[in-house]
Amino acid sequence: MPFSTLAGVWLLFTRFGDLAGWTAPEALLCYGVTNCAFALSELMARGFDSFPSVLSNGEFDRVLVRPRSLVLQVLGARLDLSRFGRLAVGFVILGWAVSGLAIKWSFLKAATVFLMVACGALLFTGIFVLGAAFAFVTTDGLELVNVFTDGGREMAQYPMTIYERPMRFVFTFLIPFACVNYLPLMFVLGKGGSPFAALLPLVGAVFVVPCLAVWKAGVRRYVSTGS
Amino acid sequence: MRFVRGLSYRASAIAGVATQFFFGLVFVMVFQAFARSGGDSIRAGLDNTQIASYVWLQQAFLALIMMWYRDRELLSTIASGDAAYELCRPVDAYFFWYARLLAGRLAGAALRCLPILAVAALLPEPYRLCAPPSLASGLCFVLCMALGVFLIVAITIFAYILTVLTLSPTAPFIFLTPVYEFAAGMVIPLPFMPDALQKILYYLPFRLCVDLPLRMYSGAIAAVDAPGLLLRQAIWIVLLVPLGRLALNRALRGAQAVGG
Repeated sequence: MPFSTLAGVWLLFTRFGDLAGWTAPEALLCYGVTNCAFALSELMARGFDSFPSVLSNGEFDRVLVRPRSLVLQVLGARLDLSRFGRLAVGFVILGWAVSGLAIKWSFLKAATVFLMVACGALLFTGIFVLGAAFAFVTTDGLELVNVFTDGGREMAQYPMTIYERPMRFVFTFLIPFACVNYLPLMFVLGKGGSPFAALLPLVGAVFVVPCLAVWKAGVRRYVSTGS
Repeated sequence: MRFVRGLSYRASAIAGVATQFFFGLVFVMVFQAFARSGGDSIRAGLDNTQIASYVWLQQAFLALIMMWYRDRELLSTIASGDAAYELCRPVDAYFFWYARLLAGRLAGAALRCLPILAVAALLPEPYRLCAPPSLASGLCFVLCMALGVFLIVAITIFAYILTVLTLSPTAPFIFLTPVYEFAAGMVIPLPFMPDALQKILYYLPFRLCVDLPLRMYSGAIAAVDAPGLLLRQAIWIVLLVPLGRLALNRALRGAQAVGG
């Protein structure tokens, strides 16, 4: 599936040359970072994605009585190896983008890209955790979370400038997607971001903290379900 | 408790629509941004309103036009061998399946299309779903869409026939879906593709299911051209239906009921 989408993006660039002032390799870097982050997050945090089913079949009670960290148990519940494929595709895009870029790399810039992928993965994980937290209320999974996981990935693949102001606002300050790709990318690509932007991805990592807090609050008021 | 459950059930239907709506919004903005940076000379075909209507109609009628609509029940009947019972029925298996798939698509679209169309029509300007430029375009859109749905069912039924042969309910879809989605214009609109590629895709039936009706609506394909294109759709249907029927009957004759 991702191949036909990737082909689509590639064709768009061959047709139109650039995207809002971003050349193909520059935009592909954005695309690759987001896809790597999402794939990493899916690889690790799949347990939270399927958490509603764990909750509704009563499995969670067994998790609770084990003397180990809850978060670790849920994380480890499903290590989805098939997602390695997606991760590989993400890294290929990333490599392709980097080889096509005509910028001077420095240690700081390379570290920033690395940080963007890592913190981006944490940001997506945060959304998965938040979605799992809602399951405490509804027992069923809340599909609305897909807007921010799959939808967020789709949106964050492209540079933020192309979106309208309200949308940019939401995805910068409420769910800080811009902080893990667009803003630091401005710095990496020498488009006028200050070096401080290199630290911005950390905001994505911080985003996980309140999400986990909400989930833990859900655990505290959890009353068992199941037949 | 029941109330919350009922509410969350309805919530999941709304969430599905919301997800599609969000995707639509992203696609409109991405395509418009691309078209803007391309400049007028190579923009070829779609202006901003046409892009918006293309994307919104695509999202609204997704259940009608995408490949990835699967009748799980039918697939599991095939995989489990229960399809053998179907053969005992005094109906033509092909048309029975055809009607079933058609009905499934219509039901899926009926649920989702209205809320998406309604909200899309209320959006601010470059993203709004506008009315078709003329009555003729609107009418031709309805006709093209109707024939397109008949055509796509005639195409997708081949995936089910392959399932009869391979007994795998996923494999035929995994291989056919990217091909269909790409060639039909689900991934990116056909006018955004290189000219050479467009020419090839125009010869294939897939674009008649998606690209044609969606562009017909906004007048990006002139209503004057509609009769010829409708004829083309009809020819493909007349061609594919007997072919599918033949293939299915062949496949079923060769099939042995499996399972105990």
